[in-house]
Formats: sequence, structure tokens, C-alpha cells
Amino acid sequence: MKKKEFPIKALVTSLIGVAFMAFGIYRGEMATVLAKAIRICLECIGIG
Amino acid sequence: MVKDKNRTKKESLRHTVQGLWTVATNSFVTGFLKGKIYTGPLKNLCVPGMNCYSCPGALGSCPIGALQSVIGDRNYSFTFYVVGFLMLVGAICGRFVCGWLCPFGLFQDLLHKIPFFKKTGTFKGDRILRKLKYIILAVFVVILPMCVADAVGIGDPWFCKYICPVGTLEGGIPLVLLNEGLRQTVGFLYTWKIAILLILILLSLIIYRPFCKYLCPLGAIYGAFNKLSAVSLHCDKSKCVSCGNCNKVCKMGVYPAEEPRSAECIKCGLCIKECPADALNLGVKNK
Repeated sequence: MKKKEFPIKALVTSLIGVAFMAFGIYRGEMATVLAKAIRICLECIGIG
Repeated sequence: MVKDKNRTKKESLRHTVQGLWTVATNSFVTGFLKGKIYTGPLKNLCVPGMNCYSCPGALGSCPIGALQSVIGDRNYSFTFYVVGFLMLVGAICGRFVCGWLCPFGLFQDLLHKIPFFKKTGTFKGDRILRKLKYIILAVFVVILPMCVADAVGIGDPWFCKYICPVGTLEGGIPLVLLNEGLRQTVGFLYTWKIAILLILILLSLIIYRPFCKYLCPLGAIYGAFNKLSAVSLHCDKSKCVSCGNCNKVCKMGVYPAEEPRSAECIKCGLCIKECPADALNLGVKNK
């Protein structure tokens, strides 16, 4: 018998993920990510 | 013969997607020409796979680097933004990212295709070593950046600094070659990271994707989401003839018919073409 399941767990988790992202952006985390990403990360490349 | 042709066709499609994605997300050509990195607004966003944001061509941020930079920041001890992003991507496709959208995955895939080296499927200790990536995730990506801070309260990105071979390959080598100032600062840490990269390159010639199997913290995260992700491998048990072909062809050592949502499955889809009963499919729902 073929199972036709709606991926409800995935949908709920996605929505929680979007809510988390929105809250993270609201409290300014995106600026921290950008600040790190636009400078050469010396640790990442094995220098710092 | 037909199966071999189908398998090659499936692999070609996947490598094309991997290649196009790698080029699309690393297309800041000026960076490669001048030994600098992109500093525009796209770096606010994370890419789904392992892609160092210090790669001269990188347009987006690495999620593992971003995770460490926010939780290591003195203003935060948790990152809703990056965790939310990982939940979103994980819930949609899980380790499909590893199989289809990770530049370092493509790099290892291509290395493994080099002939002349005897390929090893599994070996003693393989199963235990697979747990290592969870320890690396917990210790080097979360606990150390969160708990060990410098004088101004900022934690190091421990995974990036001491383990990540992606940063060495995509950022370290090109930037050191192109940037005279950086070349003069190379020391022990750089040698250490080059050594890790070289070991992984050599291992990739004989073992399929050693970094993904044993070390990658992003693979560990997405693997946990394989259990619920919308895009998943499905097995129609009413069709399955238990021939074991899917297990034999799987380079990640998964038995797709028994455990289609295994945390180790990168959803490459090789097993689908190998199934004589057409019992496996990759998608949102069972066929």
C-alpha cells in the first residue's frame, strides 16, 4: 500500500526556523555575521 | 550495462548541480584577481553547505563559521538567526545539501573518482569514527566558542581555527598565494591546517567523503534533520525484494531499504537507479 504523507513535522520545524531567524535578525545577530564575514577570517584560513 | 549507464547519468546530473552551485556561490571574480574577499550585503546570508566566507569568491557566509561567530560574541550566547537557518534548511532537505550543494562534498567526490587507488567501502572502526562529527560539533563549534573567551570577551571559532579544511582550501591557499601581506604571516597553524587538508585529500582517494563521514559538524546537524526532512528517500516496502543492491551501491554505507532516513544518507540517489523493483524514490512524498 502506498503511503501519502504530508510532511507536517518538516513544515512545523521550518516555521519554527523562520521564527528563530526573524527573532535573530530583530536582535541584531545578522550584523554580527556580516561583520565577521566581510573581514578575512585569519583563524579560518590558518593564520590567526 | 544499462544500470551502469543509469548510475553514471545520475552522478553526472548531481555533479553538474554541485558544480553550478559552487560557481554561483563563489562568483566574486575580483576576489580571486586581487586576493581580497567580497564585502557586500549578500554576506548577511548563509549558504547551506560548507563554504568558507574567507574564500575570495564567496558571496555568502558559512553557517558553521557564522554559528561560532555569534555564540562567541560577547553580546550573545545563542544564535537564533543561524540555528533558525539550519532548522529551515534541515527541515526542507536535510543532508540533501551534503550530496548536492556542498562545494567540499564535490571536491571529495572528484578526488574519489581518481583511479589507481584501491577504494575501501568500510573498515574496522568506521562506525565509531562516524560519531566523531557529533563530538566535534558539540565541543569545537558550540562549547569552546561559547565558554572560552579572550580578554575582550570574544570566543575563538575553534572548529574553523584548528580543524576546518574547507577554510584552508577555499580561503587559506588562494589568499596566501595572492596576498603578499598574508604570506608573510604564515606560521605553525597554517602548516597544521595544510596537514589536515592533505591527510583528507589522501584519505578521499581511498575512502568516500571522509570529512563528511567523520568530521563535518554541518553534516551532523543536517543528519539529525534527515529523520523529518520534507525531501527524503522513501522505500515502498510492498515493492522491496530485499536484494541488498541499494546497500551495495551506497558509498556512505547506508542500507536505504532498511533505513531510508538514516543520518548518514546524503540523498545522492545512486540507490534509486540500482533498485530492480523500483521501490526507492527521492522526493517529498512516497511515489
